[in-house]
This record gives sequence, C-alpha cells and structure tokens, in this order.
Amino acid sequence: MNDISQPATIPPQPAEPVEQALYEIRKKIYPRAVTGSFATARWAFVWLTQLIYYGLPWLTWNDRQAVLFDLASRKFYIFGLVFWPQDIVYLTVLLIVSAYSLFLFTAVAGRLWCGYACPQTVYTEMFMWIERKVEGERLARMKLDRGGLSVRKLSLKAIKHGLWIALALWTGFTFVGYFTPITLLWGKVWSAGLGGWETFWILFYGFATYGNAGWMREQVCKYMCPYARFQGVMFDPDTLIITYDRKRGEPRGARGKGVDYKAKGLGDCVDCGICVQVCPTGIDIRNGLQYECIGCGACVDGCDQVMAKLDYPKGLIRYSTENALQQGLGGKQIARRMVRPRVLLYGGILVVIVIAALATLAARVPVKVDVIRDRANVTRDSGDPLVQNVYRLQIMNTQERAARFTVAVHGIEGIKLLGEPQPIEVRPASSRWVPVRIEVPRQSASPGSNPIQFIVESVGEPPIRIVEKTTFVVQ
Amino acid sequence: MNEFTSGFWTAYIAIITVASILACGVLLWKLSTKRLAPGQKAGVVGHVWDENLEEYNNPLPRWWMWLFWITLAFGVGYLVLYPGLGSFAGVLKWSSTGQYQREQAHAKERYEPIFANYAAMDIPAVAADGQAREIGQRLFLNYCSQCHASDARGGRGFPDLTDEDWLYGGNPEAIVATIQQGRSGIMPPWPQLGEEGIRNVTHYVLQISGRTHDELKAVQGEAVFAANCAACHGADGKGNPALGAPNLTDEIWLYGGGETSIEESVSKGRNGQMPAWGEFLGADKTHVLAAYVYGLSQPAQQ
Repeated sequence: MNDISQPATIPPQPAEPVEQALYEIRKKIYPRAVTGSFATARWAFVWLTQLIYYGLPWLTWNDRQAVLFDLASRKFYIFGLVFWPQDIVYLTVLLIVSAYSLFLFTAVAGRLWCGYACPQTVYTEMFMWIERKVEGERLARMKLDRGGLSVRKLSLKAIKHGLWIALALWTGFTFVGYFTPITLLWGKVWSAGLGGWETFWILFYGFATYGNAGWMREQVCKYMCPYARFQGVMFDPDTLIITYDRKRGEPRGARGKGVDYKAKGLGDCVDCGICVQVCPTGIDIRNGLQYECIGCGACVDGCDQVMAKLDYPKGLIRYSTENALQQGLGGKQIARRMVRPRVLLYGGILVVIVIAALATLAARVPVKVDVIRDRANVTRDSGDPLVQNVYRLQIMNTQERAARFTVAVHGIEGIKLLGEPQPIEVRPASSRWVPVRIEVPRQSASPGSNPIQFIVESVGEPPIRIVEKTTFVVQ
Repeated sequence: MNEFTSGFWTAYIAIITVASILACGVLLWKLSTKRLAPGQKAGVVGHVWDENLEEYNNPLPRWWMWLFWITLAFGVGYLVLYPGLGSFAGVLKWSSTGQYQREQAHAKERYEPIFANYAAMDIPAVAADGQAREIGQRLFLNYCSQCHASDARGGRGFPDLTDEDWLYGGNPEAIVATIQQGRSGIMPPWPQLGEEGIRNVTHYVLQISGRTHDELKAVQGEAVFAANCAACHGADGKGNPALGAPNLTDEIWLYGGGETSIEESVSKGRNGQMPAWGEFLGADKTHVLAAYVYGLSQPAQQ
C-alpha cells in the first residue's frame, strides 16, 4: 500500500493529449451491399419476421382478429386462445423462454439474435435496401453526400426519406393494429377518426422506426443496447464467433495476379478492405473480436467472394471459436466442444420451461371461479336450527361460446346450496356474478370458520370441474 | 383551497418556484458556456479518493446540457398551462374536478340512452327484461348488498327483499320512494311499561305470532299492547305499512323473534335507517334498481 499522505507524488503526464470532444463524433457508415449465404439467411429472416409482423393482424379467427391485444376490455386474443389478466403468468413464461433462448444461442454461436432477428437489424436492412435503390451503391452514396446541393441530390433525398417515412408509418400503423382491430383502424385513418392515443402511438412508433433504422443504426447497438453489453458474459472460448484467421491471412498485402505470394512471404489476406466496407458497424474484423460486432456475417460473405475470385480457399474470415483458432481445431472438434456445461445448463432449463409451459397451456382451464363471502352479514339465522352464509361466485368464461355450469358445495354434514336456478349460463368471453346462499344445520358446524368447497362443473363439453375453497362462518 | 391560505403562501410558492427555475438556468448557463481552448487542460475538482482518484472538471456534454434545457423549458411550459404556481390556475384552466365532470358527462352520454329506454317503461315491464335485470343486479351488488346481502335476503336489522312481506308496501311506487327518500324505521323504547309490563307484552307478541309463550303473561300483556302498541302495529298486530310498523303476527322478524330479542325491542326500541339514494343514483338508475328489487319477490319471475 502506498502512503495515503502522498497522493500528489503521482507525476502528471505533461504529454497527455487534450481531449476536446468527450464523445466520439459519429463517422457515417456506408455499408457496401453484400451477397452470400449469410446475407441470404438474413434476408430470409427479414421476410419471415416481417411477414409475421405486418401480416398477422390481418388474419381473422372466430370472426374476430386472430391476434388482438384488447387492452380496454383486458383480453388478449391469440388465435384460439383468449388470455385474461389472470393469465399473466404466461407472459412471464414467455419472457423467461425468450431470455433463455437468447442465453443459449449466445453461448453456442454468439450474437445470432443481433445478426438476424433483432428489429434494429431487420429494419436497418430494409431501410438500407431502400437507400441503395434510391441513392445507389456505396460509392455513389458517398459521392452524393460529399457533393454540394443540387436538384438531383435534393430529389433523391426527398424520395428516400419519403419512402422511409411511408414504411415507418405503415410499421406504426401495424403496431397499433395489434391493439385496435386493424380493419377498423384502417377505416379510421381514412375518415380522420383516429383517437388521440392511436395517433400518438402510430406516430411515435413510426418515428422510432424511422429514427432508429434510418438515422441511428449501429449507434443503437453500440451505445444504447443492453444486450450488446451483457451478451459478452455468455461468451467463452468455445463460442462460435466471426473470426479472421490471422495465421493464414498475415502478413496481408496487395499482390499482382499470378504472383507466388507465398514466396514473397505474404499471407492470404489481400488487404482489399471489403470486410471493412461491408460492415454495418464500421469495424475491422481483422483486429479481432470487438464489442461492436453484431455477428451479421457480412464480412464472411464479402471475403469469401474475394477468395473465390483469387482461387484461394474460402473461410479466411469465418465462424470459428477462439480455442479452434489457437489450437487449430477442426469442425468436428468444434462441434464436440459445443456440448459443455454452460450450453447444457441453458439448454436444459429452456427445455424444462418450454415443456412445463406447453403442459400448463394444454391443461389450462378456460373457466375461472372466484368466491367472495359477504362480509357485512356474516351469519344469518334462517329459522332454527339452520344458519346461512351468503357468497358471490364470479364465474369467468374465457371461451368464445356460452357455457352452462352447475354449482355444488361440500364440506359440512347437511350442507345445502340455495339461490340461483341451475344450470347457470355465462355468455361467451364474459364473467357473471352469482349470489348464492349456503345453509347448514347449526349442530353440524363448529362455531367460527368451517372450511367448505364450491364445485363448479360445466354442463356438456368440454368437461370442466373447478374446486374453490372458502369458509363457512357460524357465530 | 383558497379559503385556507392567504395570498402570502401563493406568492411564497410562486417566488420559490420561479427563483429555482431561474437559478437552474443560470447555473446551467455558467457551466455550459465554458469551453476549453485548444491545448487547455481541464482542471481538477480538488477531491482525492482512494489515494489517487480525482475528478476532472470537464465542461458539460452537449447532449446532457440540451436535455437539461429541455427539462427547464418543459417545466416553464407546464407551469404556464397547468396549475402549479401558487393559486394560478394555468392557461388551460385544467382541474381534477373539471376532468371528473368531463368523464361523467362522457359516461352519461354513453349510458343515458340505455337507462332512458327503461325509464319510459313501467316497473313490472322493466323487471321482466333480462338485460335490465342484469343492470339492476350490478347496481344492487354495488350499492345495496352491503346491508341487504348479495342475495337480497338481508340479515338482522336489514329487511329481506325477496319475500312478500313489505314494511312500507311492495308496490313499485313504494319501492321507488324507499330507495329515493330512504326510511327511518323507529320503534321507540318503552321503559315506562315497567319490567313486568314489558315481559307481559312480549309474551302477548309471542302468542299472536304463534310462538311458545306463557298464557297468563300473554293475557296480561294484551291490555298493555292495546293501550301502547296498537297505535302503530294495529289492534290485531298486523302492522301498518304507512308507518313502516311491522306485522307481528307472521314468522318474519327483522331483529329476531326470540323472547330476548322481542323484549329488547320493546325496552330499548329499534332504530333502522335506510339511507336516501335518490340524489346519488338519479331517477333513471333508481327506476331500474327498483324494478330489480320488485322482480325479486315476484314468483312469476324466473
């Protein structure tokens, strides 16, 4: 330990460069378009996720929107299922499954989510496609931005932003369409009948899409995204990551065609810079794994094309693991190392939770019953020797058709249920209050509270039997 | 609120608020206009922690500064539009009462036609309407069930509404009047009858309601009853709906029909209160609720 009384002995470094800006000024990135297997996979995911996102609200099921989150009446419709607020546990399960899937994928192959399925990546991909169609390729875009104001520049920018805004608004509209029936919403848009909150959310979600996918892009991943930061802890030396094969590539350098570069002491990397140009976050993968790398594989596609042109073997930049590069492991060994405690644990927990969720979902009872005892009139004499308690049963029918129920009660000798004629009909997707009174001979119950059960059974299909515990109070 | 506070407190709050906003603005201006010249090094605040940990006195980052300015502008805008500066009501004149009234008006607009539709029908017709019954049941469970129980069969001191015994009459008009104006079911205490007189009249009441009683005491009690109780309960003890005096000859008891209960009713009196709901519920809701209550004791209703 140093002597605390002498902190000033640390010599100031006079040559320290003065930091003018505290934050890095963004250098605009012009990613070069790339084709290849990873790009194809990403486009496949763009199509898959967006067909679902934009298409789902237009489907109908049981004469209503197939997927609708009706906040006002607190009912979530997902195809044949209707979720009520009481089913919130399924949302928890969904979040846990999502989290563990993320952990598992990350442990196995790094930032798969980021590279293929994250909305930030997907919408950026779509926005960049529009940009490319309007403004041209990388070099054309750079030239356009460098050049002065011109009619052409203005009109190209106007077209690009117009298309971006149209797509963003459609995205916002679709988002709100999950909460307000979308066909109704569509009508409201054209009759200027949108509500305040609907307008707000369409514009807000649209603005977020336009801002994030058009302007912010990689900055979201670099500075805003929490996953980007904590995914690192799920990496280990056996995680598949995008790597540059330094041993094979270095020393890099340009070379003439047909020259025996090995004789000149050069590696396979021709230093063409394609891998940097295609990178959506603007990094050089040859510097090794960096936190900015979203694992999109664009550099792999780019490099492979160059290698093919030069007749070099593919895979100078490829999916590999840290250990594989250091120890020269082959594909089989990499695959074998996938079976390790971390992966097994994430995978095991995920499988257990998914099975448990599916089992509870399959065994889910579409009817719920709440029993509420009248609290003001605790016990009622109903002529010697009988005593009564009054209850309200709330029968919630989450099915989308009317259902009829019988109610019975057990627990005390001679217990009798009076009130409401049976069977009790409850309308589709609604709840009904049923006041009932329970009568018990005084001598068969003890003073104080006596446990009893209500048994609510459905008449006809599907067979449902719900047992609710409550108490019978004798004063 | 103004009746509680003098103008001083309005000024006090307004001045502190405005001064704080200005002070924040000045501080921000002071701290954010400072810029380092090229080559100039940011100074050190002067504190040293953990041997050599020091804090640089760098200028505020621009994004942070702008967020602070936006916050201040928001605060000023809010205080101009909404109440906040002492008793200044704000340009928008927003108040929670106003919002409540707007929401009430909105609800009224939505639900009034439904109730108006029923208000035009007479009560037996409303009672026969399934939807009206559901509305009536919800009203009943909300406002009436605390005393009369969820099944409307009441309890000790609270009348059963499903039987055909009515203290004030069971025709639609009487039910509406009961709900709107409330009722005071007062049985005065009769200590002047003396212990013996009370016991005797109790046994007479037990006799006319067909319960086990002491024959001798009942005979003595009959005279007491005729002199004191018959004015309200009638000479035959069958009660008087105009006064709300219960029929003592049936097997229905509001406060219990045992000897001790009856004795207590006579000696200490009873004081039943049905609150008036007319103003709170309004005529249309009362109409639907009365129809529900009316329907409860109609045997033809399913």
